[in-house]
Parts: sequence; structure tokens; C-alpha cells
Amino acid sequence: MPVTTQDLLTCLHRMAEVIEANREYLTALDAAIGDADHGINMDRGFKAALERLPPVEDKDAGTILKTVGVALVSTVGGAGGPLYGTAFMRAGTVLEGKYELDPQDVLAALDAALQGVVMRGRANLGDKTMVDALTPAVQALREALQNGADIADALERAASAAEQGMKDTIPMLAKKGRASYLGERSIGHQDPGATSTYLLLRVMANVAQEKRN
Amino acid sequence: MKKLINRPEDVVKEELEGIALAFPDMVKVHFAPDFIYRADAPVRGKVAVISGGGSGHEPMHGGFVGMGMLDAACPGQVFTSPTPDQMLEAAKMVDGGAGVLYIVKNYTGDVMNFEMAADMARAEGLRVLNILIDDDVAVKDSLYTAGRRGVGTTVLAEKICGAAAERGYDLRRVADLCRRVNINGRSMGMALTPCTVPMAGKPTFELGEDEMEVGIGIHGEPGRERMELKTADEITEMLALSIIEDPEYRRTVREFDEEKGEWVDVELVDPPFRPGDRVLAFVNSMGGTPDIELPIIYRKLHEICEKKGLVIVRRLIGRYITSLEMQGCSITLLRMDDEMIDLWDAPVKTPGLRWGV
Repeated sequence: MPVTTQDLLTCLHRMAEVIEANREYLTALDAAIGDADHGINMDRGFKAALERLPPVEDKDAGTILKTVGVALVSTVGGAGGPLYGTAFMRAGTVLEGKYELDPQDVLAALDAALQGVVMRGRANLGDKTMVDALTPAVQALREALQNGADIADALERAASAAEQGMKDTIPMLAKKGRASYLGERSIGHQDPGATSTYLLLRVMANVAQEKRN
Repeated sequence: MKKLINRPEDVVKEELEGIALAFPDMVKVHFAPDFIYRADAPVRGKVAVISGGGSGHEPMHGGFVGMGMLDAACPGQVFTSPTPDQMLEAAKMVDGGAGVLYIVKNYTGDVMNFEMAADMARAEGLRVLNILIDDDVAVKDSLYTAGRRGVGTTVLAEKICGAAAERGYDLRRVADLCRRVNINGRSMGMALTPCTVPMAGKPTFELGEDEMEVGIGIHGEPGRERMELKTADEITEMLALSIIEDPEYRRTVREFDEEKGEWVDVELVDPPFRPGDRVLAFVNSMGGTPDIELPIIYRKLHEICEKKGLVIVRRLIGRYITSLEMQGCSITLLRMDDEMIDLWDAPVKTPGLRWGV
């Protein structure tokens, strides 16, 4: 069963709910090694994105994702705005004109999102950023699809890989963003960007799971 | 938290409303997206100089909008980068047909947002260049961090580049000058107290009565080192020597190459200070330190520069780049050449800096 734009909209609404529910958690993680605004900023951004969805709800997946990306860029601020905004806009570019997505479309969109984040933020794997959650997730998704998994199982593995990637940021020394100025003091804290990335991938996996059941 | 505010979420909006009413001869304010711009913008045929960043550093940047300095400033939420739509709309409003220079402090969020804005503006047919300011010697290496932060030199670059644009320099020349100011400027700051972001409601860090934080940035973040409180002379010496004895600093920054039509990596080198250098000495309050204490810092800085063979040719002393109500100071030394001195002396008329008019 292909992923429809309706599934995509469900996913985006659930993402906004999850970000709101984790607003304080993400902000607390950011307070430890950053500037204590990641949860507040992301919540503001996703709420703005939802407000802009009604006029494009009957449009293709690309338009929907680009609308979300533009909303995030113009309302999140900080580093999260350009990074998540670029991720959604790049994913949207790949899905231009599509109303139904097959598993390869989902992979292509997430891969484009990852490339966009790497281009914009110039972070490498191991720098203690959202790249550390997104990279293993895309890898796991690709491998699962190659091994014949359906989209729900493949996204489940992607979310698990992102969760592991997120946890792996704890012992890392931050080399990007404001956390990098703490040097050794950044060690022992989980990266807030990697955490929000995991939360969003977890939503995708859950929505795919529910649709299959 | 004790502040002269109404509601924390209205601080930036109400500040902008007040600025529009208080300085109508110099600036106008555009809302949604928010930016402050020159009352007489666009100035035909003049390069437009735009900066921006999180709020809480007043008078920078909004207080420096006006004749001879910035054409527009984009304020974000307190200590949070503004967004590309603000920067894009500001550029469209003040572009006089000669292009736009974005002066960007080196913070991850600011850099990415201004890069996106520049891409968007170019897509709409504007000519835009971005130049980074990264002058904070408290950050030692660029390999394992996001690089040196943009602090005091930003104010000096905005003044000098604003004057150059006013004189009719073309975009490439203003950008080259901005880069030259940046590689010749170095800063270091310290805090006696933390500050409180209105939305957070509590201080950004704890500092004991007999402690100070050295090597801070401008976002109320902890610095490089916490130490026992010292005298003004000892603190000045520590900051000044960190700047004067800072070795050559190399790093790679991303700039837009107009010939290639893409972002390219550029290697920049800050040469160390040498005896005989002519400098501008800038003593800055972090917001809460009163004017009575700044000359005490300058007095010692003057003595140290003399001893090190640096010739102070210009001075700036006061509250120009702040972290809300934080007590503390920063010192910036800028190596000047004849052209920079001449542009520094040129007339300027902004809410925060005014002479020669």
C-alpha cells in the first residue's frame, strides 16, 4: 500500500504534537550544552507549519513538504530553522508532483533531507549533531528496503537506528554549534538536535505501523 | 527576574515599536518580518549594508542604523538568530541598486540563516555578499569548534563599512574592506554577573560573589575559565595580553564567489599584533557595568599598549555590544591603516553612534 499525501499530513500533525509534548525536554537538553531554546523554537516552528497546511492539503507531497520547510525556516530561528527547513525543502523537491509514494520515494526524500542538512550545516558524522541520528537512520532504511522489508518495518529500523545514533552522541565532544565552545564540558550530554531528529523519525515509523495494522 | 518589561514574549516587539517612535528622523521599523531600516532608504546607487542577530546586544545592531553606518538591521528573539525572511525583505527594502553586504557574526545559526537569505535574495535578482566577523580570541582553535565568535569588531566593521558605502565604494570593495577589518580585529570579554533572558526568567549561569567568568561570548554563556575575582588592572592586563599576544590565527570560512556563482571555502589569516601597529582601542560594557568603571579599564589598557609598542590612534569607550544587563566588559583592538582611520572619522548619524553631523 503506497504512502498517500493524507498519511503525510497525519505524520506532520503527529510530529507537531510530539514536538510540543517534548518541548521542555528538548529545551532542557539544550540548556546543558547550548542556549536553552531548541524545544521552544521547534514548537513555534511546527505550530506555524500546521497553520500553513490547509491551503496546500490537496496538493502533491512536494508542495506540502516545501510549505513546511519554508514555515520552519522563517519561524524557528537559531540553527534549527535553516537545518530542519532545508531538510523538509530538499525532501519536498524530490517528491515534487507525487501524490503517492513508494518506499524508494521515502528513501530518496530522507536521503535528500540528510544531504541538505550536511550541506547547510557542514557537520560530519561524530560532531554531536542531528547528522549523527539522521545518517544511521537513512542507512538502516536503505538496507532494510534492499532486504525486502516493507515500508513500516524499514521505517521502524530507521527510527531504531536514529535512537541509537542519538544515544551515541552522549559521549561525543561537540564540534559544531554553540556546544562546541564548551569543549570537554560538552561530553556526557545528549545532543538536542539528534534527539528531535529521532523523535520525528519515530513518528514516521509509528504512523507507517498504524497504517499497516 | 526584575526587568522593565510588560510581558516577556512582547519584549522585542515593544522595543521595536519604541525605537520607531523615538528616532523617526533616523529609522523606520518594518514588522512581520521584523527589521529596522534607514528612514531615507533606499539610497540610490549606494551599497546597502545590513547586519542582524539575536536581540539583547543593544545598541548593536538596530542602534547603528542610519546615515554612515547600517542601512538595515534584523533583530531575532533574545539571543536567537533572526530568520532568512527578515534578511531577505530588509535587503529588498534598502537595496539602492548597488548591491547588499550582509555583515554576519560567526555563530552557527546566524551564518546559516544569512547564507539562506543571500541565496534567496540572489534568486530574486539582488546582488548580495556575506562577510563573517570572527574576532573572539577566547576561542583558541577553529578545527574542533564552530570557530571564533563575532564580538566587538562587529561594531567597528559596521561603522567603517557603512562609511565606505556612503562614500560610494562598490560592493566588492566594501566586502573586501569588511574582511580586512575582521582579520585585523581581536576581542576578549569577561563577566562579573550572568544575565537573564526574559523568556527563561532565570540567570544563564551561577557566579559567586567572589568569582568572575573570563572568555565569555555575548549570549550569557559560560566562558573559557572561571576564576577568583581580580582588580580592574589585573583583569585588563589579562584581557589585553590575550589579545596582543594572540598568535597568527588561520581558519576556513565560506564566502560566495560571484564569478563561480557558488559558495567557496576561503582561507583567512589574522596576523598577530606587532610593535608599531596603529590601533583603535575599544573598551565596551557588557550592559550592566557603569560608565565610571570603563575609564579605569581604558587607563590600564593605554599603559599596556604603550608598553607593547602599540600606538592608539582612535578610541571607543562605552556600551555598544552587550549581553542584556550583564556586568563585565570586553576589549577590542583593531589594527588600522590610513583608509580605515579616515572612514572611522567620517560622519555618522544613528541612534547609538553619532559624530561629525
